Amino acid sequence: MKNDLILQTVTKVVVFIILLFSVSIFFGGHYSPGGGFVGGLLTAAAIVLLLLAYDIKTVAKLIPVDYKLVVATGLLISTLTVAGAMFFDVPMMTHAYQYFDIPILGHTSLHTAVLFDLGVYLVVVGVTMTIIQTIGEDE
Amino acid sequence: MSSLHWAVFAPFLLAIFVPTFYKRFRSIHTGWLILGLPILLFVYFLQFISITKGGNTFTASATWIPSLEIGIDFYVDGLGLLFALLITGIGSLVILYSIYYLSKEKEKLNQFYVYLLLFMGAMLGVVLSDNLIVLYMFWEFTSLSSFLLIGYWNDRDRSRYGAQKSLLITVLGGLGMFGGFIILSFMGGTFSIRELVAQSDTLINHPLFIPALLLVLLGAFTKSAQFPFHIWLPGAMEAPTPVSAYLHSATMVKAGIYLVARLSPVFAESGVWLWVVSVVGLVTLFWGSFTAVKQTDLKSLLAYSTVSQLGLIMSLLGLGAAALHYEDLDDNIYMAATVAAIFHLINHATFKGSLFMAAGIVDHETGTRDIRKLGGLMPFMPITFTITVIGGFSMAGLPPFNGFLSKEMFFTGMIHTLQLDIFNMETWGLLFPVVAWVASVFTFIYSMILVFKTFTGKAQLEKLEKKPHEAPIGMLISPVILVSLVIIFGFFPNLLSSTLIEPAVASIQPTLTSHDFHVHISFWHGWTTELWMTIGVVILGTLLTLTLTKWIPIYKVFPEKYTLNKVYDGILSLLDQWTNQLNKKVITGSIRSYLIYIFSFFFLILVYALFIKDAFHIDLTNLAPIGIYELVLVLAMVIGAISIIFAKSRLTSIIILGAVGYTVSLFFVLFRAPDLALTQLVIETISVALFLLCFYHLPKLASRSEERITFRLNNALVSIGVGIVVTLVALSAHSQKLFNPISDYYLENAYKEAGGKNVVNVILVDFRGMDTMFEIAVLGIAALGIFAMIRLRLTRRNKES
Repeated sequence: MKNDLILQTVTKVVVFIILLFSVSIFFGGHYSPGGGFVGGLLTAAAIVLLLLAYDIKTVAKLIPVDYKLVVATGLLISTLTVAGAMFFDVPMMTHAYQYFDIPILGHTSLHTAVLFDLGVYLVVVGVTMTIIQTIGEDE
Repeated sequence: MSSLHWAVFAPFLLAIFVPTFYKRFRSIHTGWLILGLPILLFVYFLQFISITKGGNTFTASATWIPSLEIGIDFYVDGLGLLFALLITGIGSLVILYSIYYLSKEKEKLNQFYVYLLLFMGAMLGVVLSDNLIVLYMFWEFTSLSSFLLIGYWNDRDRSRYGAQKSLLITVLGGLGMFGGFIILSFMGGTFSIRELVAQSDTLINHPLFIPALLLVLLGAFTKSAQFPFHIWLPGAMEAPTPVSAYLHSATMVKAGIYLVARLSPVFAESGVWLWVVSVVGLVTLFWGSFTAVKQTDLKSLLAYSTVSQLGLIMSLLGLGAAALHYEDLDDNIYMAATVAAIFHLINHATFKGSLFMAAGIVDHETGTRDIRKLGGLMPFMPITFTITVIGGFSMAGLPPFNGFLSKEMFFTGMIHTLQLDIFNMETWGLLFPVVAWVASVFTFIYSMILVFKTFTGKAQLEKLEKKPHEAPIGMLISPVILVSLVIIFGFFPNLLSSTLIEPAVASIQPTLTSHDFHVHISFWHGWTTELWMTIGVVILGTLLTLTLTKWIPIYKVFPEKYTLNKVYDGILSLLDQWTNQLNKKVITGSIRSYLIYIFSFFFLILVYALFIKDAFHIDLTNLAPIGIYELVLVLAMVIGAISIIFAKSRLTSIIILGAVGYTVSLFFVLFRAPDLALTQLVIETISVALFLLCFYHLPKLASRSEERITFRLNNALVSIGVGIVVTLVALSAHSQKLFNPISDYYLENAYKEAGGKNVVNVILVDFRGMDTMFEIAVLGIAALGIFAMIRLRLTRRNKES
């Protein structure tokens, strides 16, 4: 058996950097390059790195998530965001945003488009991981 | 809904209840339960005689599809009434006959009477409809019910073959006729036959007049078994004999005759009509009678005889069209042709119906219809013999039966063609009476064969399955009634003339006044040319019948190979072969060839569009300068793309493909699309990883040894062509921008309206968020699809192991 100590140690550090970067890209999407799609892909990339360093069973234990459910959740969030506009008597897909003074973060805008993007993010993570996991488990 | 509507739809309604009757009253023959309806209808239609006799008509309409001007409009005039009486009258007799003919225990009577009632209703609809579309609907109903009746004994191969043949031919004609009707209604602006008749003067000048005429005639000729479409009729003899008697002698085959007669007022001005109808009729007359002589099966003989008689009626109707061109004559002799056609139509229905029934009795009581096995039946079946003699002699045109009168009138009509001086008739007119006379000789011969070969001579009892005996009385009632009519109409032809024939002729030739033809119908004595012709027919016919064995070998001159049936079979099998070959050639199963079709078509249609629209333009004014970076990247991509084609190993191709993908993302960087560049980079990495996965799992087979893509000229040409045409389209599209792009709006309003500074992302999640929503749905489906494919394969493998 090979010794993957270096890889595993580096992974432990790097995974969090990638995750942070992906979160940053996700939240920054409305103002700078990025958004749900790339953010989701990068998060998936972090998990793939874990898969490379460890094995499928360990990662599954580490992140006990059924990625098919993640896809469904993402689709649900996006659809609800889109459909939610109808409850306020405006056409579907109408977003709303407002500036709020929030403790710690300060003067910040909250935007329903981010909710939609969250759906995209979850779907992309779920899809990528479903595909890779399915193929990986296949013999 | 008038009483007329109820009358026409009554058979359909009753047909619904027939299976219930059949199941509920097993002890009674189902025929008895429905016999009342045709009799009732016959009596009902008899009442109309008083209306049509005075030249009046009766109409009744009901709405069906008012927005398309299609209504169920029924219309009773002389012609329609004549047919309605034939249908219901002979229908009653046939049902009575079938009660004794078909066994209650052995046959599927519920089906039989349903089909028969369907047919009866459809036939009534055909002859009474004024609306062309409704007529066509009923017309196809007759084809369908005839198909079902011919294939009644569907466990026999020959029944199924005959049913299929008749359906193919009559539906071919029916569809042609439908086309003709559509053209006709397009020309006249109405579906109503009466309104079309009123416009016949203007219709004849329409450029589509001749196509409409020919298409309608195609329908009439196929239905009425005219040459060369007559071949389905002998095949239809596989049907039970009551069906043959009803459909294939008295009613359905006369639907074409009806159509020709009904639309005569529309088309008859044209010389094409006169020529086509009369010549096809004559050819059919001759060919039918000629072929009938060599038949050895009673019903086949009668079938060809029907074909021949239908040709006779058809040719008379064609000649009757000449009447329109001689309106000035006091004594309109061509009118006589139409009168003869109608008279013979009635006569044929009577004697042919009785002959079929007699043939059915012979078949039923001896077990065979083969003339070679029959003979000497006269002592055993005297009544059937009498019926056959009367029917046969009437068919041969002997006095004192009604066939004699109509045959004389037929000769009169044919002789008068000599006096025609329209449509080049003067040069070819002589052929008409000659062909008619020769055909009559053959008619005489086969009638004699029918009568004497079956009933006289030496009985060959050892060849028969049963010991012959006279049929039960119930089976004899119908043919006896019919032959009584043969005699009655023979002695008192004027019984019909004022009640049925005159109104019918008046509706075929409505432009002529009705007093012209009183004379001809009652005038049937005198030493005329026609009589001498008949005498000639009898003498020559007798001689030829007596010497039959000497000259019958001339039929061997035409071998079986060249008959029209072989042509029909040949066409069918050729079509079969062609479609199979075409399928084999085109539907190869190889995806490569389909892709070549798709791309070639793509190429051709785009080049054609560019060419026809004169769309190719190159405008160099609005181009951006090319920098050194673009040049380098383009070079890298081109080299990459070309080396993929020529790469020896697949691994190389995959890596180069990845390189091209990364170059594209560099392009996005260069063209200031950071979101695209990010996404492209990640996606390219994933897809290359997936490609490598596929590559790794390729089976290690000798045949899959690594080699270059083989060169094929087709593929090279197609791919180069597609590349060029797409380039041309892109260049032309870029050179001809018609509008300013709407991107300015997005740039201005991304922050103002949507509160975002990344315009791409704002467009993706806000301005055009719907697209994104469905794209993530697509991703979700793809993931589930991959999951399902791999997992399902796993479970299947588990099951197998």
